[in-house]
Amino acid sequence: MEPFVILDGIAAPLDRPSVDTDQILPARFMRRPRQEGFKHLLFRDLRFRDDGSEILDFVLNQAPYRDARILVADRNFGGGSSREQAAWSLADFGIRCVIASDFGDIFYANALKCGLLPVPLDLDVCRRVRQQLHARPGATLRIDLPEQTVTAPDGVLYGFAIESFRKRCLVQGLDEIDLTLLHAEAITAFETEYRRRFDWLFDPAAVVAPHE
Amino acid sequence: MYIASTRAAVSAPAPYARGGTRLADIELQAPPSDAPTRTMHETLYDKIWNAHAIVEGNDGQTLLHVARHLAHDGSCHAFGFLEARGLKVRHPDQVFATPDHGVSSKSHEIAAITDPEQRRVVELLAKNTRRFGIVHFALDDPRQGIVHVVGPEQGITQPGMVMVCGDSHTSTHGALGALAFGMGASDVLHVLATQAIRQRRAKRMRVSLDGVLPPGVTAKDAILAVIAKIGANGASGHVIEYAGSAVRAMSIEERLTVCNMSIEAGARAGMVAPDDTTYSYLHGRPFAPHGANWDKALAYWRTLPSDPDAVFDREVTLDAGSIAPMVTWGNSPEDALPVDQRVPDPESETDPERRAYLRRTVDYMGLAPGMRLTEVTVDQVFIGSCANARIEDLRAAARIAARGRAVIPALVVPGSTPVKRQAEAEGLDRIFRSAGYVWGESGCSMCVGMNGDLVASGKRCVSTSNRNFVGRQGRGSRTHLVSPAMAAAAALTGRITDVRLLGN
Repeated sequence: MEPFVILDGIAAPLDRPSVDTDQILPARFMRRPRQEGFKHLLFRDLRFRDDGSEILDFVLNQAPYRDARILVADRNFGGGSSREQAAWSLADFGIRCVIASDFGDIFYANALKCGLLPVPLDLDVCRRVRQQLHARPGATLRIDLPEQTVTAPDGVLYGFAIESFRKRCLVQGLDEIDLTLLHAEAITAFETEYRRRFDWLFDPAAVVAPHE
Repeated sequence: MYIASTRAAVSAPAPYARGGTRLADIELQAPPSDAPTRTMHETLYDKIWNAHAIVEGNDGQTLLHVARHLAHDGSCHAFGFLEARGLKVRHPDQVFATPDHGVSSKSHEIAAITDPEQRRVVELLAKNTRRFGIVHFALDDPRQGIVHVVGPEQGITQPGMVMVCGDSHTSTHGALGALAFGMGASDVLHVLATQAIRQRRAKRMRVSLDGVLPPGVTAKDAILAVIAKIGANGASGHVIEYAGSAVRAMSIEERLTVCNMSIEAGARAGMVAPDDTTYSYLHGRPFAPHGANWDKALAYWRTLPSDPDAVFDREVTLDAGSIAPMVTWGNSPEDALPVDQRVPDPESETDPERRAYLRRTVDYMGLAPGMRLTEVTVDQVFIGSCANARIEDLRAAARIAARGRAVIPALVVPGSTPVKRQAEAEGLDRIFRSAGYVWGESGCSMCVGMNGDLVASGKRCVSTSNRNFVGRQGRGSRTHLVSPAMAAAAALTGRITDVRLLGN
């Protein structure tokens, strides 16, 4: 995973609440192989008409925001489906940070695994920052992950929360499976005890029931 | 995972003066959610968590053992990553698979899947499960179905388990007293490789439904009323335990509907403490314990319900007797209203952001502000999905469908092949067919807009599924979520209809 330390980038204001993962990446594209890239599928139905032409009203189709690295949204961003492809499409477009007042639980977890930083800020702060971005299109934000701060276009600094483990993974670009396998002995010991204690879950009849 | 209600302790008061706050100051105020109060008096959630915690870090991270992992055609990405990294499935005997998202409701022949991408991943599921020795209820297997219908039906889902699946509606399985939640592809890979998942302990919310649901009011209406009350992100950071006399009185299938939509309230999971209803549902199911194992399991299951003095971080109470048949008007499940209400008028909203949302949503949905919901005409009806496609759902819909012909196109897709067979044995398929409905083969069908069953742009569908998002049932589709009986009522009249007014 690409490490995330400090990001200075153009921020796009997304003036919509409850942007669910179906809007971020419509279901019909979910089975595309990962290596084909999801850049052009991000917000597919908000960005493009059926004939592939661009919908110019949509913020990411406007000049300064085609190079956006940061999205500033509203409440309840990324709710709904667990599709990690939503996070892939944002990351492939070049977005490395989404700011919102709160996030869908599964989207939040998925994003962090793709090097995409979800930053929770109070709703009124999200709205204030979006107003500044509308006033100065193309303005940049600074996201400082080690310091856990966002610098708004007007220079005001906002702190944000992130779990220390998730922060460490992002800053150092660590792989979660590698980290988990450091606990291999504990896992094996746990499983042995678990299979003894809950032996009915491992009875052959419970794992390969006869065909009806 | 981020817990919204603790944000104030960490990142507010904002704004900080430039340079006025150092990282250390932020970390000194670690949110209480990082280390929730442990009590001797545990909830159902705590008990399951503690039985599955392999390693608990002081950084809020816990490595949880996964008792059962459900896979489906969407698990293709994770199996691909597994292969690319040269990893193996650690415990194939703890994984169960069935294709559902991309399958055709017209036929379970593989050739009926016309989209090559969907066909490829259904075939990949067969290949990967064969390769690793995973139990697979394939398209031609009589046990195939929507993964969240199949798990309980086969007795794979049991009380006290940590259960995961790469699908957000995994919360469904909590109805049997399991801790069940969805995850993305990276976590599916992690679980395949390690049979464990990293999680942070959630907060506990108890939603109590006391009293008796009135005639014509179902579990679907109850959960829509809960979501309307607390909001689509109202349970963010929480696991919900549903309690109260109305929940105790529910069948397992009704509880499955309630827990299914926990994710629509933003919850990590939803659950109902196991009771005699649970045990009698599970007894004799193929993968449930049998003989002496049953007695041993039952003795354990009986220890699981939350202790009487267990403390919840948040309590929400609803009077079941005051709930009416619900229908959503907008593009979030929280946009649910009693069927006798009117479409909101954006101009009466004072908050400008909320007004903009209402305007855009009323426009997308093709509604007139202030119109009665029962004046809304409907183009088609869908009865299916992991929310409402079990046998009790089909019976409830068939009772209404039997009253006459559907005046608009209507599709019924059973949640599993066993549900389909049961319905056919009871003659429900004949009722639906003679009313003009299309009777489909089990799968996710029109809920998810990726298998050929679509709502055309600008068309309005009354649906028993769980999501009314923009474009969910197809680009430009307009979805109204309702119970199975309400869906059948709409098919009968061609408009949103209060099922209570159809009389007996």
